[in-house]
Amino acid sequence: MTTTPLPPTGPFAEAFEETADAGGEPGRQRRLSRLERRAIATKGRLSSPWASFIAILIAILWTIPSIGLLVTSFRPELDIRRSGWWTVFGGLFNGEAEFTLDNYDQALFGSGANLATYFVNSFVITIPAVVIPITIALLAAYAFAWIDFKGRNILFVAVFALQIVPLQVALVPLLRDYVSAGVAGSFWTVWLSHSIFGLPLAIFLLHNFMKDIPSSLVEAARVDGAGHVKIFFRVLLPLLVPAIAAFGIFQFLWVWNDLLVGLTFASPNSRPLTVAVAEMAGSRGGDWHVLTAGAFISMVVPLIVFISLQRYFVRGLLAGSVKG
Amino acid sequence: MMRIRRRGASAAVAGGLGLALVLTACSGGGDDSGDEGTGGGGGDTGAASEIDCAPYEEFGDLEGTSVSVYTSIVEPEQQTQEDSYDPFEECTGVTVEYEGSREFEAQLLVRIQAGNAPDIAYLPQPGLLNTIVTDFPDAIVPAPDATVANVDEFFSESWKEYGTVDGTFYAAPLGSNVKSYVWYSPSMFEDAGYEVPETWDDLIALSDQIVEDGAMPWCAGVESGDATGWPGTDFIEDIVLRTAGPEVYDQWYTHEIPFNDPQIIEAWDTAGEILKNDEYVNAGLGGVDSIATTPWTDAGFPILDGTCWLHRAANFYQTQWPEGTEVAPDGDVYAFYLPTNQTDIKPVLGGGEFVAAFDDRPEVQAFQTYLSSADWANTKATTTPMGGWVSANNGLDPENLATEFDQLSAEILADPNSVIRFDASDLMPGEVGAGTFWTAIVNWLTGTSTEEAAKSVEDSWPAGS
Repeated sequence: MTTTPLPPTGPFAEAFEETADAGGEPGRQRRLSRLERRAIATKGRLSSPWASFIAILIAILWTIPSIGLLVTSFRPELDIRRSGWWTVFGGLFNGEAEFTLDNYDQALFGSGANLATYFVNSFVITIPAVVIPITIALLAAYAFAWIDFKGRNILFVAVFALQIVPLQVALVPLLRDYVSAGVAGSFWTVWLSHSIFGLPLAIFLLHNFMKDIPSSLVEAARVDGAGHVKIFFRVLLPLLVPAIAAFGIFQFLWVWNDLLVGLTFASPNSRPLTVAVAEMAGSRGGDWHVLTAGAFISMVVPLIVFISLQRYFVRGLLAGSVKG
Repeated sequence: MMRIRRRGASAAVAGGLGLALVLTACSGGGDDSGDEGTGGGGGDTGAASEIDCAPYEEFGDLEGTSVSVYTSIVEPEQQTQEDSYDPFEECTGVTVEYEGSREFEAQLLVRIQAGNAPDIAYLPQPGLLNTIVTDFPDAIVPAPDATVANVDEFFSESWKEYGTVDGTFYAAPLGSNVKSYVWYSPSMFEDAGYEVPETWDDLIALSDQIVEDGAMPWCAGVESGDATGWPGTDFIEDIVLRTAGPEVYDQWYTHEIPFNDPQIIEAWDTAGEILKNDEYVNAGLGGVDSIATTPWTDAGFPILDGTCWLHRAANFYQTQWPEGTEVAPDGDVYAFYLPTNQTDIKPVLGGGEFVAAFDDRPEVQAFQTYLSSADWANTKATTTPMGGWVSANNGLDPENLATEFDQLSAEILADPNSVIRFDASDLMPGEVGAGTFWTAIVNWLTGTSTEEAAKSVEDSWPAGS
């Protein structure tokens, strides 16, 4: 919901240029590698006027709901209830369109609880819920990729197969386990749940990135006397940064926008922002006009994260595909 | 199950009020330490803090304990609920941990299954109580004797009955709703020279008069997200009480007579005389089929524009009016009792929530007892300065209620001629009352005949119940 799609020409082309620069040796005339030729061809295809037109069209279509939400969030309550957001554009010309910050005021300060608390809660939930699965998944992925042990493939398939288990079926049994372990209601339940649900994909993705690293690199390190720990930290980790960043963004957005896990496992004091926004409509749903403002408030953080890290995101996505 | 409609009597307080409430609560707490234990009984109209602590002493020393409450009542009503617990907390030293969620009905069952049930839950319909008692007999505990004594004293037999399953009394009533209301604009009535109708025939005559004068009388809307249709079921139920009577109504929801009994069809058709009459509806909103797509929260708003004259909705519609709308006999909008041709009784369609306990620790029982007392009802009335809350508790002094409209609701609930019946769709099995009945309403409004619609509900009635 928060991804504002950009015309693919920009970031893609940029990423390709970077990859090409990194691979080339500066200051010497050289033949274009296959990769570079492909990059140039792609760039040509992507920057054709028709492609641009379609890209912009898709971008606009994709953005309409967000625009509608944004416009609605600034309209007075009665207008929201009586007419659609698009009617403001007619109103803009004859001066009838009214805008107000009341919805934001009500969403932020209206009810007894302060939205700032939930903001903090969302961070407290999200950051460990991103760090824990990445840490575990890195170690697991290394083992699956570079340590030979019996049953490795079967175990890897088993882990990946967990990906298809819908998390909804695990909610009640998991909560029962938390209750009997005496941790229900703390942040741990939320962190652990997000980690559990995020791990299969994390292990799979990171494993594939790690496997793509040429084995000669790892073997060379081994010949030089490096153990697993050294190989992991000195050789693999620096190469994996884009992949980690890409998955980190994924997981961050997923956890930040999650409602179900927060609703089921978080105690009232540790509720994330999404749960607080969902409660905003009031006992009988009569206050739904505030939801648009609430949605925008909760969207701010993922938007900032995505925009500031999108370089990594694109690079990380490409990292797997172009090495090989 | 449904989320929106089965809320109790407590209703929204305008947004900016929070601070004022907190201030009231603080000053109340301040007075309290001085005259603790000296307060009078329920009739006392003084500060919220003046309650009699004696009933809770028999539960022993509760200092430092806590009770968790899980409900479907969220902000802004949450604050008025929490404030109403202050005197109890002062008396006993118990901390009440309140948690409201709009996903209450789904999450409560999840928590019970996981062994993580709250101490107290406010169930918005007897049907849910029934489900819990049937499916999780070990989780729920019957009400303690002190609570039973309170309920016997302050509530009528029928309210106690709704909290009883198979002869065991579990859940005391908390707040109540009165659904048999028609909203109108007093000033529009005065300007046009219309009178508030006293009988059903008067109401129809008035509607015809409005049509003759060149306007459309009724506006309605049943859209309510995944619960679309429920406001229509209330309409039908209200008419069943009026044309067929309370006895048939009881047989109807218990399925002693089929859902599509001729008497029910007749009532349904009577509702159709209003809801499917294109001269009557849908004032200010469109044609007959616009009823199905108009949000129930907004359906009465044409009254404010002067394009609609009559809108049938429950007392909690009071809080749906846009901020700044004055609800008073001489204000922007007000409501009258949905009239009847019956002369001996005054049928009232009601709703409410019930206090179920999942633990029998003394502090939980003490809190249950407090909630069923007249003290609580009066405290709640005084901590809800914007109104929107009533209770069927007969110890409630109407003087304490904040608005004239709430007092009217309390008066109707207390009227000896009133025959109060709980919302039938809340009492029917879930797949009907929160499923096919709603769908049938939508189909009926968009063209299906009454016979067909009623038959589709009858066919879906689960076997063996």
